[in-house]
Amino acid sequence: MTTTTDILLDVQHLTKRFAGDSSRFKRARTYIHAVSDVSFQIKRGQAFGLVGESGCGKTTIGKMLVDLYGATSGSAFFDGVDLCALKTAERKKYHRDIQLIFQDPYSSLNPRMRVGDIIAEPIITNKLLPKGEVEDRVDELLEHVGLANYVRNRYPHEFSGGQRQRIGIARALAMNPKLIICDEPVSALDVSIQAQVLNLLDDLKEEFGLTYLFIAHGLNVIKHVSDEVGVMYLGKLLEVAPQEMLFKNPCSPYTQALLSAAPVVDPLKKRERIILEGEVPSPLNPPRGCRFSGRCFKKMPICDEVEPQMTEISTNHFCACHLYL
Amino acid sequence: MVASKLTAATQLTAAPAIDDVTMPPAAKRPRKEKRESLWKDVWAGISSNKASLVSLIFIALLALIALVTYFFPQILPYDPTTQNLSEAIQAPSMKHWCGTDQQGRDIFSRILTGTQISLTVGFLAVAISLVIGVLLGSIAGYRGGTTDIIIMRVMDMMLAIPSILLAIAIMAALGKGVEKAVIAIGLVAIPEYARIVRSEILSIKENDYVAAARIVGDSSFQIIVRHILPNVLPSIIVRATLGISIAILDVAALGFLGLGVQPPLAEWGDMLGRGRADIFRAPWLMTFPGLAIMLTVLAFNLLGNGIRDGLDPKTRKR
Repeated sequence: MTTTTDILLDVQHLTKRFAGDSSRFKRARTYIHAVSDVSFQIKRGQAFGLVGESGCGKTTIGKMLVDLYGATSGSAFFDGVDLCALKTAERKKYHRDIQLIFQDPYSSLNPRMRVGDIIAEPIITNKLLPKGEVEDRVDELLEHVGLANYVRNRYPHEFSGGQRQRIGIARALAMNPKLIICDEPVSALDVSIQAQVLNLLDDLKEEFGLTYLFIAHGLNVIKHVSDEVGVMYLGKLLEVAPQEMLFKNPCSPYTQALLSAAPVVDPLKKRERIILEGEVPSPLNPPRGCRFSGRCFKKMPICDEVEPQMTEISTNHFCACHLYL
Repeated sequence: MVASKLTAATQLTAAPAIDDVTMPPAAKRPRKEKRESLWKDVWAGISSNKASLVSLIFIALLALIALVTYFFPQILPYDPTTQNLSEAIQAPSMKHWCGTDQQGRDIFSRILTGTQISLTVGFLAVAISLVIGVLLGSIAGYRGGTTDIIIMRVMDMMLAIPSILLAIAIMAALGKGVEKAVIAIGLVAIPEYARIVRSEILSIKENDYVAAARIVGDSSFQIIVRHILPNVLPSIIVRATLGISIAILDVAALGFLGLGVQPPLAEWGDMLGRGRADIFRAPWLMTFPGLAIMLTVLAFNLLGNGIRDGLDPKTRKR
């Protein structure tokens, strides 16, 4: 592995449980195990892609990192500081460094604020610039995301989804963050606009030396943007590998199934399609052994009993599967 | 910035802009673009709607009448409180435009003076219930949990009692008089505002822009004031303009029951109440105060529509 100074974010055993149905008459409280014991590292200047089905806990991880949810246990070291152990006031200082781009460009912009005010808000709230310079900074940010400066005085409803997403990106950039969590930033957009926004994110990464945690459920998007990829299933990471390695040589059966489901452009290309049986189990009561055991096509008896640990099966390629233990 | 401006300009000459928003314009538009204030937005909404414009003029006229009759009562054709029994119950004529009441007082003069009380009562009562109701509703909706349950159950208890009955009960504790009627009516309407604000906040706070504000470092107070209340505003305004009319009617009702304004002071509801006995013999006793109440209430409702449209960026005309 690389030296620790290269690592911007080091997530260790991060866990989040939500209290389920809390009836006063029921003895046992039920918990939704949204994220269980997830560990990964993001190197400075790189993009870490997090893929998985809906409800597998990707977004929950993102929201824990920006302090929208508190972690149940585990830690997230940002530049060597454990964010999960910080008190509220201390934690607030890191809001500047970690920003989030939202999935839904329609609900992420206040309909009653002008675009300029939306982008200026982080700067004004944190008093980053004297009043007179805020407007210039807003213009600069708009220019960076490819919007003309006169859109400042317009309202969000006058923009299309892609343009709204650009406004959201400008807001995230306003405080010069080090890490941006992109929570499915293109899944609500048209395919043609998706490419534009992804390219924009890529350019900004170069320009400002940003680090991304890129959350997505589309493999093509992940392939396009990330240097390293983590595959999640039901709150657990099953496989972590550099992008090329993962797409060429997927190890976890779940990753293999996921890759085989991604559409390929060439219609003549014959490919083996792995079709999974059954449904994702409820996070209220996850399986005892491997989380994926109920649907795995390479299941062994041990999978039901013992939870596989994350192991390095080749250089930088980690997989949690009994096939490789 | 200079360099990117240049590239933008060259791009534009190479390929004409398809989309005027995403492509930076060749020449920068003026820096200081006109920014309308909140009041200008409101004005735009009112002036684009004829009915609410007329209503605004009408309400302004009422306010003017109230002020003038308060400071210069001598311009009234007759003194509104002096009895003149020799001219009691006269039908409308050139001498008495709206006729006279049982005590021979000129109804037209009394209606004009009554504007003072009705308008003040409407605004003050709404101000009381608006401030307290919005505060309680915001706390309940934003905090949730036990706070929410406690506040809303108290509101439910207030709603369970008919509002006029509750107002009478409050007045029984406070005593008679206009100012007490205002307080009673204001307090009675609190649950309405609290409920509206709370339910709106419950849905608004789930929006991503509220989460974005929190990520950016806004405090709860900043989030409520900047992001949540502006989005609740339209429903509050509509309710508040309705509330003014309801308050005027409630004061009229309390006056009718003899609890609000004490004679000989002129108030529309009180006039209505006292004219009731003679409705068939002298219909003008009830007609003119009734008309005054109706027109005022209607004007406030129409004005509210205009203000709401003005505050909504989507319906605003540019």
